[in-house]
This record gives sequence, C-alpha cells and structure tokens, in this order.
Amino acid sequence: MIKTIISEGLPVDEQLLIRKKVVQNGTGSKRICIVTGTHGDELEGQYVCFELIRRLNENIQFLDGTVEVYPALNPLGVDSVTRGIPTFDLDMNRIFPGDQNGHLIEHTAYEIIQDLKAADMVIDIHASNIFLREMPQARINVQMSKKLIPFANLLNIDFIWIHDAATVLESTLAHSLNVIKTPTIVVEMGIGMRITRDYGNRLVDGIFNMMKKMKMWSGPISKDISKPMLSTTGEVCFMNADASGIIIPSVSHSVNVKKGDLLCQIVDPFEGVVLQNVLSPVDGVVFTLRTYPVVYEGSLIARIFSKTPCSESL
Amino acid sequence: MKQEILFQMKSPYRDDFKIQGFRFGEGEKSVAIVGAMRGDEIQQQFTCSQVVKNLIELEKEGRILPGHEILVIPSANHFSMNINKRFWAMDNTDINRMFPGYDKGETTQRIAAALFEEVRGFKYGIQLASFYMPGEFIPHVRMMDTGFQNVKLAKKFGLPYVLVRKPKPYDTAVLNYNWQIFDTQAFSIYSGDTDTINKESAKIAWLSILRFLNSMKIIKKDMHDGFNSSILHDHDLETIKSNQAGILYSQRGAKDEVKEGDLLAKILDPFTGAVRSEIYSPIDGTIFFAHDKPLIHQNTVMYKIVKF
Repeated sequence: MIKTIISEGLPVDEQLLIRKKVVQNGTGSKRICIVTGTHGDELEGQYVCFELIRRLNENIQFLDGTVEVYPALNPLGVDSVTRGIPTFDLDMNRIFPGDQNGHLIEHTAYEIIQDLKAADMVIDIHASNIFLREMPQARINVQMSKKLIPFANLLNIDFIWIHDAATVLESTLAHSLNVIKTPTIVVEMGIGMRITRDYGNRLVDGIFNMMKKMKMWSGPISKDISKPMLSTTGEVCFMNADASGIIIPSVSHSVNVKKGDLLCQIVDPFEGVVLQNVLSPVDGVVFTLRTYPVVYEGSLIARIFSKTPCSESL
Repeated sequence: MKQEILFQMKSPYRDDFKIQGFRFGEGEKSVAIVGAMRGDEIQQQFTCSQVVKNLIELEKEGRILPGHEILVIPSANHFSMNINKRFWAMDNTDINRMFPGYDKGETTQRIAAALFEEVRGFKYGIQLASFYMPGEFIPHVRMMDTGFQNVKLAKKFGLPYVLVRKPKPYDTAVLNYNWQIFDTQAFSIYSGDTDTINKESAKIAWLSILRFLNSMKIIKKDMHDGFNSSILHDHDLETIKSNQAGILYSQRGAKDEVKEGDLLAKILDPFTGAVRSEIYSPIDGTIFFAHDKPLIHQNTVMYKIVKF
C-alpha cells in the first residue's frame, strides 16, 4: 500500500507529494522506517528501497510487523537533479523538527516527523555528495551512541562514526527523531548521483539482519554480516587540499594505507607541475575519498580512520 | 581610507578569489560592516558600496572622529555573484552558515574563518542580510535573542522596526550569532530586496548605518533622528499563509497599512485565470513582509503583519 503523507499545491497543475510504501504482515506491532532522498542528489538509497521491497514482496510470509519505506523526502529535488529543495533556500536536513505554522517546507518537515515518530527504528540513508565517496558507515551522535551502536552493528556496514554533539546538527532529521525517543541511525555510503549496487545489497542484508534481531523477520538472512570498526577505538584524520588545482588519484577508496603513502597529487595542468603530494599522515583505512577532480584550498580530499593519533603535518 | 586584501585564494582557472576591506580611521575597533556573503545579495553589495562612498567623503571632510576604526567589507562572495549563483560557486555551501569558521576545514569554512578573524573584536558589527524566503520587507534591524543583545542600541539606526528573534539551531552558524557570542553587538539590516537594486530602500539602509555611526559618535554628520523604532518579537507578527497554489496577484505590499477585512491578494488559476482564493487581512496592522514572486505554493507564508 502506498500512502501519501504530504500533498500540497504547486503553482501550475501539480502537487508536492511525499509518499511512503507500507509493507505489513502478521500481528507484530514492531515498525521500522527506511527514509532517503532528503538531498535530491543522493541516490544510493533508491536501490536499497527497491531491493528491500522486492525481497519483502517475495517472502512476505516471514514478516511479522510493518516496514515503511520513504524513497524521496525531497521529491522535487530527486526528480530534478537538485540537492536542496528547488525554490527553497535552506538545506532540508537543517530544518527539522519543522514548524507547523512555518513555510511550506518547514511545515512539511513537521509532518514528516509526526509520521515517523514512535517507530521502533528509523534508518536515514544518505550518499555523501557528488564530490566524495564514502565507505558504508553509520553516523551517530555521541549522546545517542549507547542506544544506537548495538543496532548499527547489525547493519552490515564497515564503520560506525561516533561524532560530537553540535548545535547546528540539532536540526537534522535523525537528531530530531532521537530526542523524541524514536531511535534513528544515519547511514552514509557511496557517492552522490550514482548507485553502488554492492553497497545497496549489503545494507539490505543488514536491514534484514536487524529485523531478525528485532523479531520482525523469521526468514533467511545473510550469514556474511560485516563487523564494523568503531571510531572511538581510534581517530579520524581529515585531509584537506593545501592548493587549488586538479586531483590525480593514487589510491582506491576503502583501502588500507601506511603513513607516508601517496593518496593523490594536486596538479597544475597549465604548468605541468605538482602543487601538492597528499600523503597519508597515519596507518589506517581510507573511508572517505574525493572523486571529483577540481579542488580549491580547503576542499576535503580524504578521511582516514587510524588506530594511531593523526599527526599535525603530512 | 586604506583598501586591503583581507583574504586571497587561488582558483584552478579563474582569477584569484579576494576579499577586500576598506578601513577608515585609527584607534578603537569601533564598527565592522559586512555586505554580500551570498552571490545574489546585490542590493546588499550596492548598499555597502554607498556606505564606503559616504565614508570616503566624510573622511575627506575630517568627519570621522578620532580614535575610531571602521572596517567595511562590501563583498565576501563575488565568485558566486559573477556567475549568478547564490551559494559558493564550487560546492553550493553557504558562507553564512559556516561561522565562526575553521581555518583548516573546507573552503567555505576557511573563508568564514578568515572573514571572522578580521571582523571579530569590533565593538559593533553590522551585516547587510537577506532572508531565506522570497519577499519584500519593511526595512528593519534584526537581532538574535542570545542574551547578549542590546535592543536600545538597535533603535539608534532609526528604522521603523527592530525585530528580536529566538535563534534556531541552524542560526548558530551565522555571522550575527557568532559576533554576539564573541562580544560584538551585532545587527542585521534588512532593506527589503536582494537580487535587484531598489535605490529607495538601499538609501534607507545606508542612511540608517550612517545614523547609527553618528549616534555612537564615530562620525559627525548632520542627520535627522529617523524613526522611534518599535520593538517586535516573533509573536507580534500575524502570519498569513496561502490556502491555494497558483499565480499570485498581490494588491498590497510591504509597508502598507491595512484594516481587518482588506483584500491583500488573489490567487489565480494558472490555466483559466479564475480566482481560486482571495486573501483578506485578519487584523488591523502594517504589512511587515510580503511574498513577492509571481507564483505561490500552497501553505506558504504570504504576509506577516504587525498588529496595531
């Protein structure tokens, strides 16, 4: 069953529609929600929605509870290759919990929260942006970590990043739901504007694994569930460009690197010179890697998870 | 006046990105003024340029009072302005959501950090700002309720209204909020327009800045006192939302005084021209904000009216 949770008029012969697919079976009261498409250029979640619903449809007899899938919280953005909401200035993931009496989009955010609240688990799938590729990972606010890490461990991802509380992040969907006791995990994986089928399949396996532990699913599950690294057992090192230019990559994403390994070069194609050799400051795993070649000073190039402290200089 | 390059960054193929500052006087860091931080803030850039023009004249006439330093930064994002983009040219991030900045972070965090390093420590900070909803405002001063705001000072601009609003979480990364947290009395001036130049409202804005400087004895200029500003909070504004979508046919705009029952706008069917909805004022008051685009979504803020 497809339910419409938002229907508001657009100026010319069109409704802004936000819809969810509800898959229900059995008598169980557990409900999980899969949401994605908040940023219209992040499409990895599209495959997850498709594959999750496809597998549920084929084996519905094993489901005891409700799975709700929201493939596009920002349908105008997804359908127009736009990260934000066309005609609206603010990042959609910075306006939650919304405002019942606010602008159309703030009101929409409010209604989304009302629809999701009281779920037993919400998985909010993101796909980085068009510049960076991410290893499948969960991002969890330190304040929520005790409750959410056990669930994130089930999701067949590679990394759990526990991040500090930041006031500006209080207006995200995940934070807004967590503070009203609706457990929500942000999953980041892949890259904007693309679908990485392998990552999608892994997360779908992880969602079924989680449903099994929540006693919502009695069917078969993957036996090959990854045990993620936990960021609190090491340190996340950030590497930003020191020069503006063009990046020529030297390593692949998700590889282990040694301190001093060349990650990429920033070059000046006019002069044929290397402006910066970007070296790994530590031994570790590259879980974020820039794929878009044009950089300015400061552009994020890579994030490395390491068991040793990040050194000050490369 | 000293014209300085406050920040410079190379671009792969474009000319260097520079933030230029115009420094007047010497002494106590009295006031920093920031113009366009978004590429479509042309009214803000124009207004700031007029402030610079006026200060150059005042300095020639010896009317900048001794012991005061004034820093004006008309533009912090011309890389976007020159290519008709609102946000940062490369990654579409908003410099005014990056404060206080981080000098080892992403590009716009670095720009914000460099800008904030230059403007922090001033006694007063004035930003020429734009709003996230399209529309026209009554010129006003806006302050965040951080506990550090001084409303009496905001009245010195002599604009009709001073609006004090509670910051939302995303506001904690804007310049105004961070100025206040770092002990600068911060004011945002809204002059009504953004991507077009409205000379009348721009003049109201730049004169209000000169009035403030005059009042704080930073410059000496013969000026009238302006308005005895009314102090507003969010709850003083009556919000009117659209109950239909379509073509907006506005009949009343910002600054208009209206009575309860007055027709404010019609929303028309975009195919037949039939009137889908008539929007009436629910109260007596003055229109503080009016949506000014020709198309309107359903359930969108059309007007905010100050109750009499």
